[in-house]
Amino acid sequence: MKDNSTHGYLDMDLLRFTTAGSVDDGKSTLIGRLLYDSKAIFDDQMEAMEKASSKRGTGEVDLSLLTDGLRAEREQGITIDVAYRYFATPKRKFIIADTPGHIQYTRNMVTGASTANLAIILVDARKGILEQTCRHSFIASLLGIPHVVFCINKMDLVDYDEAVFTRIQKELEDFSSKLEVRDIRYIPISALKGDNVVDRSDRMSWYQGPTLMYLLENIHIAGDLNHIDRRFPVQYVVRPMTEEHHDFRGFAGRVQGGIFRKGDAVQVLPSGFQSTIKTISLGEREVEEAFAPQSVVMTLVDEIDISRGDMIVSPNNAPESSQDVDVMLCWFNERPLQPGGKYALKHTSRDCRVMVKEVKYKMDISTLHKAEGDQTIRMNDIGRVHLRTTVPLHFDKYQRNRYTGSIILIDEGTNETVAAGMIV
Amino acid sequence: MHVDTGHNFEETMTFRDNLVKEHGAKLIVGSVQESIDQGKVQEETGFYASRNKLQTVTLLDTIEKHKIDCAIGGGRRDEEKARAKERVFSHRDEFGQWDPKNQRPELWNLYNGKKRPGEHFRAFPISNWTEMDVWQYILLENIPIPSIYFSHVREVFDRDGVIYANSSFMRLKPEEKPRQMRVRFRTIGDMSCTGAVDSPASTLEEIIEEVASSRVTERGTRMDDKRSEAAMEDRKKEGYF
Ligand SMILES: Nc1nc2c(ncn2[C@@H]2O[C@H](COP(=O)(O)OP(=O)(O)O)[C@@H](O)[C@H]2O)c(=O)[nH]1
Repeated sequence: MKDNSTHGYLDMDLLRFTTAGSVDDGKSTLIGRLLYDSKAIFDDQMEAMEKASSKRGTGEVDLSLLTDGLRAEREQGITIDVAYRYFATPKRKFIIADTPGHIQYTRNMVTGASTANLAIILVDARKGILEQTCRHSFIASLLGIPHVVFCINKMDLVDYDEAVFTRIQKELEDFSSKLEVRDIRYIPISALKGDNVVDRSDRMSWYQGPTLMYLLENIHIAGDLNHIDRRFPVQYVVRPMTEEHHDFRGFAGRVQGGIFRKGDAVQVLPSGFQSTIKTISLGEREVEEAFAPQSVVMTLVDEIDISRGDMIVSPNNAPESSQDVDVMLCWFNERPLQPGGKYALKHTSRDCRVMVKEVKYKMDISTLHKAEGDQTIRMNDIGRVHLRTTVPLHFDKYQRNRYTGSIILIDEGTNETVAAGMIV
Repeated sequence: MHVDTGHNFEETMTFRDNLVKEHGAKLIVGSVQESIDQGKVQEETGFYASRNKLQTVTLLDTIEKHKIDCAIGGGRRDEEKARAKERVFSHRDEFGQWDPKNQRPELWNLYNGKKRPGEHFRAFPISNWTEMDVWQYILLENIPIPSIYFSHVREVFDRDGVIYANSSFMRLKPEEKPRQMRVRFRTIGDMSCTGAVDSPASTLEEIIEEVASSRVTERGTRMDDKRSEAAMEDRKKEGYF
């Protein structure tokens, strides 16, 4: 590293967040406000926004237009899908997964949530908790988003009344006690006027907590990855077989949990063979240790047979191994889940086939009611399903490790990705 | 593989050839001129004529001819709103079409690479990088780039608020007067659709500073994106990169 500017920038961490809320709760306005107040809007974007605002005759520039790709797209017949947006402040880089919030788009929300550190869920101060609020919160919890921030929006329309905020917070607390989210926050805001978004509001002196931007910039995310259970799914075996590197056999992959150090004893699954780490390299550099989510090449002291799909772990802390797994499955395809059906499965770097043994229950994600005996899992449905795989999977529970606890199912006829599953 | 519109910047071609030589790689060239000669596409006419749209046909033909399974590109989601919806592993049917309404969901790091014979993938490994990430990485790893990303003096002319490099591929209107100017390119496409920026930045550090303080988006100089609100999405559906 030869330059200071690079140093600071590349060391900056990255926070990925999703935004959710019912239609018109102010999602687009909020994102526009975040970008505008943190000066992340470019002149040509501003110009396009002014052009669009004047076309609609709204007078002042409507911040929601900046990110309201989705609404504009609906009007113009352009595709609606998860859209990713990027911005940075001097403290952090951010990726927003912007997903449309309608019922039928559970699939998009789940996709956006799968990699998010944080979810912002908007609640209209005048309306309080709606069915959508419950649905979004449940998805955030199911997909293991570690931090959830409820923004009680449009506080300007309830006279910045503390009682309104406190009542909604209380309701949300009761509801979210049923969820598995580690860290939940509540902030009263006005996305339109800018209160507590980037700048602290002087109209709600009763609120002592951080602004939304302060939270986004400072919330502790280093602990979101699993640094305890050592997991290294092998993606590729590097065998250059050149004169110079005649006997070189390196194992390439991404660390999905724990910290691997040179000299550590390791065990390889499924063979169970043990060895010791000889070297670890990150790019062309040799390093002493590697941790999630680094992509590295490892070599071992002993010559043992390892191929793609195997997993290198620590000998005294192995993942579960089984051909029977229970998953919370989100169905994405128009053709419903076939009970007894066979699908292709992907888990870490391993591919195999599965048979659907049993649908244990279907989840009503608005009420969190479990409908036992309901075997039909259609598009956008979520249910608990028992799968039997052709080879053992080496996995952790999803709530313990998002990367060794997740699977996707692929239709073998159409090759479409038909479902995502979280191992329970 | 390089899809050559025949209207490239000379510096891009030099860079390409050196890269191929240095790595001892095999270069496959798909030529838009050939597609025109074979009558597969028709050259646009008029002042705004560009081969940008034509190259899709050449690209798809070349992929088919060489039975390419996966074309890896440097497209990024922050470049343009249609690209913002692009998958990292993006499936194309046997006609090379992108169906944005029917994309495979991508969760975690699990990419679905299954396809039928004749179909292919476009893979975008740096999907989630921003323009700044790219420059910082180039600086960190000392990666060579074509010289026209750095400031230089060249003959340019103005059209619709965009500074174009003058070349034999461009038809000038009577009122368009070429002049010498110190410019650099922030994105490089075909000469007929890539605008330059007025810039003194002649080192990576200066470029990074410029990018950090820039008030327009990276593709703000790309006229190919501005043909309509959905210009990129429409082209991508047909198989554009
Ligand atoms: N008074 C007030 N109006 C708001 C606020 N936030 C959003 N709005 C308005 O609510 C409407 C819907 O907002 P929008 O951002 O488009 O909602 P979305 O559908 O969730 O993206 C727009 O007319 C906004 O101007 C707020 O904090 N206060």
